[in-house]
Amino acid sequence: MKLLVTFSRKEGKKPIIAQVVRDTGVLVNVERALIDSSEGEALIDIPDESCRIVKDKLADLGASVRILEEEISLDETECVDCGACISICPQEVFSFDEEFRLRMDAKRCVLCGRCIEICPHGALSRRVDI
Amino acid sequence: MKKTIHQINERIRDGNARVVTAEEMPAIVAELGEEGALAEVDVVTTGTFGAMCSSGGFFNFGHADPPIRMERVWLNDVEAYAGLAAVDAYIGATQQSTTREDQYGGAHVIEDFIAGKSVELRAISRGTDCYPRRTITTDLLLENLNQAIMCNPRNGYQRYNAASNSTERVLHTYMGMLLPSFGNVTYSGAGLLNPISNDPGFRFIGSGVPCFLGGAEGMVIGEGTQASPAAGFGTLMVTGDMKKMNTEYIRAATMHGYGVTMYVGLGIPIPVLDVETVRSTAVKDEDIWVDIIDYGVPARDRPTIGKVNYAMLKAGHLEINGEEVRTSSLSSLRRARRVAEELKGWIESGKMAVCLPTRRIDPGRRAAPMRETVQGPRVLEIMDRRVITISENEPIRDAARKLLKGETNHLPVINGEGVLVGIVTTYDVSKAVVNPAKISHVKDIMRRKVVTTTADEPVDIAVRKLEKHNISALPVVDREYRVVGMLTAMDLGKLFGGRWLK
Ligand code: SF4
Ligand code: SF4
Repeated sequence: MKLLVTFSRKEGKKPIIAQVVRDTGVLVNVERALIDSSEGEALIDIPDESCRIVKDKLADLGASVRILEEEISLDETECVDCGACISICPQEVFSFDEEFRLRMDAKRCVLCGRCIEICPHGALSRRVDI
Repeated sequence: MKKTIHQINERIRDGNARVVTAEEMPAIVAELGEEGALAEVDVVTTGTFGAMCSSGGFFNFGHADPPIRMERVWLNDVEAYAGLAAVDAYIGATQQSTTREDQYGGAHVIEDFIAGKSVELRAISRGTDCYPRRTITTDLLLENLNQAIMCNPRNGYQRYNAASNSTERVLHTYMGMLLPSFGNVTYSGAGLLNPISNDPGFRFIGSGVPCFLGGAEGMVIGEGTQASPAAGFGTLMVTGDMKKMNTEYIRAATMHGYGVTMYVGLGIPIPVLDVETVRSTAVKDEDIWVDIIDYGVPARDRPTIGKVNYAMLKAGHLEINGEEVRTSSLSSLRRARRVAEELKGWIESGKMAVCLPTRRIDPGRRAAPMRETVQGPRVLEIMDRRVITISENEPIRDAARKLLKGETNHLPVINGEGVLVGIVTTYDVSKAVVNPAKISHVKDIMRRKVVTTTADEPVDIAVRKLEKHNISALPVVDREYRVVGMLTAMDLGKLFGGRWLK
């Protein structure tokens, strides 16, 4: 399960994710992180069963947390199976099947947004549910 | 053994012609041999579906009352060429909307028309005695037009060089997104399904020959623009009736950072008359080679990184400098196959017959580069030759002094040999003053990654570097990487009142 964590760094530069790992013992996979001097946003992947405990801990530490249900969504009527998205995805989400039809492994997506930007046919979008 | 076009058309008429796609042909030849395949196969169908910028269409809108001689025409805010008779216009696929930029263009107008959507026509005129009206605005459907004739000056490129990028930044090109340091390879084309690759001698593809265009029955007009068949890069000019087309095979697209283009489905049936045709239609992906071009070099003659064939490209990954690199096609093989399959169905059912060209395309033609009689400006002409540099071991204070005295914001940093090793800006120096840590020398604060230009580089390319990196000055270096000048945004002002800057 993926969580989008946003936190401010006003109260010093606390290593918030590291603290969560230490205190909960849950192994957190950081898939994307954007942190500047005052604010941070991180996309983390955790085992589903640890959702509650990790969310609570993050909230205690002053972060806000959103659960990302859906990663990236493909509009099949717009997609022409060109494959332009395949080589540019850092997570290797896309591939062709034997028939050169686009195949997606959306679970791997970290929502970097690259494919949304470059799909010549506007077939990819971010579908974020809470 | 030889067959005639009439024999083949007779079989098509009788419904017993043997039609196969170009993808099936190699296996048939391997199994039956060339003579056997000649006896067996009557027509080979080809197909391709990819971005074809050189596309567009002629429209005739009919006359309004009172009539107007349209001088400028916009369709959904995309300008069409109206330097034709009163109510004719040509819309080019890559023309962009005046209101929605690269999100909507000529290709979208065409797709919207074909999809049955309403398109707004706006036109203006200065008014004449016979055409008094000056403006018109009206909503049109494809069925309201007298003609909507797709006419694409350059389609169906025989093959297309693949693209990669040696630089350290992302490039957005018409070949798609190219990741830094050869991070990926992009390519276009259907390989063995491509029409011209199945008839590189243009024995059967030529003027008047029927084709599949955008889902409709179309026709090859003849040689396409920029055709270079002698070098293996033939192209075709094709036409078809937009009213019979289908959005499965005509799709507007936007190449990010490049602009609007149109994906076109094109296929041509090739009658199998002799062994030579059997051989040419048995072409395999392994036989069709292209170069991988380094788009990091912004010149017409970009360097080649290596050679690959379509089998390697379609495999999904390649090796460059010992590293595995993923490939992306920009055209759709799946849809190219559909074109060839659909065309096969048309011929099997007798909907389309074959014919020989009424005029042959010259397979010996080679495209020439542009003759340029006026050379664009070079960095040399406008650079500032008074270069103030600083050595990496001088104190920051001296850098500040030089910046002030030289009335400049950029100081190239050189080493003992006079070679450029970094750059410091007013900003770097101010920052060092505000945070007085232990650092005290230029080498502690300089930026080591310097974007440079050379004296003979075209100004347009230097400007692109300034824009891309969001910087305001470029050191001009010679072969030995010594600084011979500076090019700043201010120098660009010297060129025709700053026309070179956006
Ligand atoms: S780039 Fe867009 S159109 Fe092409 S295969 Fe990917 S999702 Fe489909
Ligand atoms: S947003 Fe697109 S490119 Fe980025 S990881 Fe997800 S699928 Fe890949």
